[in-house]
Amino acid sequence: MRGRSGDSRGLRNPRAALPWVLAGLTLLMLAVALLSVSLGAIRIPPERVLAVLTGGGADPALARDALVVLNIRLPRTLLGLMIGAGLAVSGALMQGLFRNPLADPALVGVSSGAGFAAACIIVLGDRLLAYAGLPGPLPYLALPAGAFLGGLSATLILYALATRSGRTAVATMLLAGIALGALSGALTGLLTYASDDRQLRDLTFWSLGSLSGATWGKVAASAPLILPVLVAVPFLGRGLNALVLGEAEAFHLGIPVERLKRACIFLVAVAVGASVAGAGVIGFVGLVVPHALRLAIGPEHRLLLPASALLGGAFLVLADVVARLVAAPAELPIGIVTALVGAPVFLWLLLGRARVAADA
Amino acid sequence: MTIAPAWSRRSLLAAAAAVALAPRGAAAAAKAARIAALGGAVTEILYRIGAGPRIVAVDTTSLYPPEALREKPNVGYLRALSAEGLLACGPDLVIAADGAGPPAVLAQLREAGLRVETVAEPPSPEGVLDKIAVIGRLAGLETEADSLAAEVRARFAEVAARRARIERPARAIVVLSLQGGRTVVGGTGSTADGMLALAGITNAAAGVSGFKPMTDEAIVAAAPDAVVMMQNGPEPPRPETIFAPDTALGRTPAGAQRRLIAMDGLYLLGFGPRTPQAAIELMRAVYPGLPGE
Repeated sequence: MRGRSGDSRGLRNPRAALPWVLAGLTLLMLAVALLSVSLGAIRIPPERVLAVLTGGGADPALARDALVVLNIRLPRTLLGLMIGAGLAVSGALMQGLFRNPLADPALVGVSSGAGFAAACIIVLGDRLLAYAGLPGPLPYLALPAGAFLGGLSATLILYALATRSGRTAVATMLLAGIALGALSGALTGLLTYASDDRQLRDLTFWSLGSLSGATWGKVAASAPLILPVLVAVPFLGRGLNALVLGEAEAFHLGIPVERLKRACIFLVAVAVGASVAGAGVIGFVGLVVPHALRLAIGPEHRLLLPASALLGGAFLVLADVVARLVAAPAELPIGIVTALVGAPVFLWLLLGRARVAADA
Repeated sequence: MTIAPAWSRRSLLAAAAAVALAPRGAAAAAKAARIAALGGAVTEILYRIGAGPRIVAVDTTSLYPPEALREKPNVGYLRALSAEGLLACGPDLVIAADGAGPPAVLAQLREAGLRVETVAEPPSPEGVLDKIAVIGRLAGLETEADSLAAEVRARFAEVAARRARIERPARAIVVLSLQGGRTVVGGTGSTADGMLALAGITNAAAGVSGFKPMTDEAIVAAAPDAVVMMQNGPEPPRPETIFAPDTALGRTPAGAQRRLIAMDGLYLLGFGPRTPQAAIELMRAVYPGLPGE
């Protein structure tokens, strides 16, 4: 439960700072994206990367570099930017909606629902297919599609549970989210038990997330889901700012509170569902990015939401660069990197803030 | 596919393929010069038929021969590959055990003009012989593969002859891990089950399927005469700790006779060219007085 916007670390005048902060973060994001298309297991000199990006790819001498940059690194970078932005914005929305800095996209059940659906497909997919007499193996789009639908349906169930006569009780939703999470966790555990050695490893790797296997197809499938969310989100800023005061107060300020809640929940479900479908479960981005930003630039949502999108994208792509460079030619699951880098940074920010508070 | 570059993807790929093949000439194009070997048995077979020097990348499960992981770049776990990592090793043929992936990465590799072949791995003697033949054909070393297959077939025949002399089959369980009090055993359909069958041993854990934790009661009820474990480090597991008096394994006939057999994991369960030797070694340990020794 955060106070009003008089945070000591926040910006004096968020409205005036808005263009500067956003411009700075955009530059950071572009720099990270450039880094991401330039670095990888295959060493390609920067001038060749540049030549490929500026359209020299038709040159046969650049063919292999063009293939790597345009068909492997570029879709991977774009998918990372979208997923990072989607997760961070979802985290910011959840923290605003639940008025709790520890809220996380997982609270609306998307991750657990998607996790359960993915476990079903990994463990039971081929068996069900054989049972139905269809030829296997399962098309590999079944996993992302199933995860997306699983996440979306979990959120809808949760929403229905917490909504009575048109009013959504946010506290009920939070608690029901924990219960539903435990339930799908148990069901996923049951499937883990029924899985064989390989499926078990698939499940483990899936739950650590990875941008490996990012294709233009995945980018094309994720873009229409995540980009509209990113565009729509800044319009919720004013409502979320009012919500900080409390639901009744926001209502008296003329905010359509129920509609705002519905919009937040729906947008988060779509963005996180698409992210999980595209790259598996990636933790910590949704929690740490908006939180760190709030500590740095204050809680004004009209600034926080777009800033989260930019920093989230940059953070995830940077984590991916680390994930594929440290063990090259192999690569680490990205969830390990986001938590390994994110958790200490988060603690450092938190402790710094506690010191400021104690000194004041 | 939506965000198409100015030039077509097909021409790009064709150009890439041309670049990849041009320096080696037409003759080399037929026979892969640079192979990525993914999977323990795949790597082992490639080394045995003399393709070792042509291997440019292996995966984390390629534990034998030991120089494979020591000398070749490791592209990570077989089921969590990275397209760029593999391409960086510059293979022109990828031979992968069944189940390599993720599928999107294999698709990307194929798109990049690489030949990606997967090899089935049924845990049986026929499976091993088929695997040798397929890998030999892929590597263009049919003659070498034929002689390896003949050698392995003869050893399997020896295993079968020994098996025929067993009068009373012993019962054993293969314990994969003993972590945190959970005993994970190899049940029906697992590679462990295939190995026990090959060695003429009854799988006392046939009640479970795949590799699963088994309860203490079920272990006592299964009454194995011997316990087979993996040895992953330089130190074999010690019978005193495995069969400590308060453990379930300690209360089995195997525990009473202290019959613990420790073998290397890939050797025991890899179903590669060394499998008949592993089966014979296992039989020697379980049936010490088998006639014909």
